Amino acid sequence: MSILTERDRAAVRKEFEKLTGPVKLVVFSQELLAGDLCRQNEALVREVAELSDKITVEILNLALDRERAAKYGVDQVPAIVVEGADADDGIRFYGIPSGYEFSNLIDSIVVVSTGEPALSEETLSALRTLAADVDIKVFSTPT
Amino acid sequence: MAVASDRVRSTTIEATEFPELSRAYQVMGVPKVVINDRVQFEGAVPEKDFLGAVLQAVTHPRPR
Repeated sequence: MSILTERDRAAVRKEFEKLTGPVKLVVFSQELLAGDLCRQNEALVREVAELSDKITVEILNLALDRERAAKYGVDQVPAIVVEGADADDGIRFYGIPSGYEFSNLIDSIVVVSTGEPALSEETLSALRTLAADVDIKVFSTPT
Repeated sequence: MAVASDRVRSTTIEATEFPELSRAYQVMGVPKVVINDRVQFEGAVPEKDFLGAVLQAVTHPRPR
């Protein structure tokens, strides 16, 4: 049974017309920690990836693929890393991105693919001068 | 912002699926944003204010 409705698919397909470069969704799961949530998350990611041939999916196991998890700084499941062609852009989702978070995931895919953040010139130039690493956590709920 | 700068990493956390993390960061309302574990705010803010919080988080040394 599919998670996305036909209406969802149509809307996302339209959004994905903007995609220019390839995007990889790296999913971390771990059956023992959160089997149900991880399976639902994998299913959702696969349905999203079906909507554009520019999107690929890689499913990893948090316990077995420890080096990759450490490289991405992922320590929770289910997790999704939205990765661009040339580099990790630093975008992660913990938990199933449903409701409001779903549009956030779709937006992230578009921005990573196009490499064009919807930010003002002022913000972009300030970000270019950052002298230290910045870790942003955004706590959200589906509604 | 994460795409715009190699220095920025953004993690969106589904609060109800991660109650321990949410408790650790005292999430009472969403969206709640925590930057470098020290600057935080709740609710949607204008881009300028968000940037201000990012700059505040990196320019002021962590209090001892």
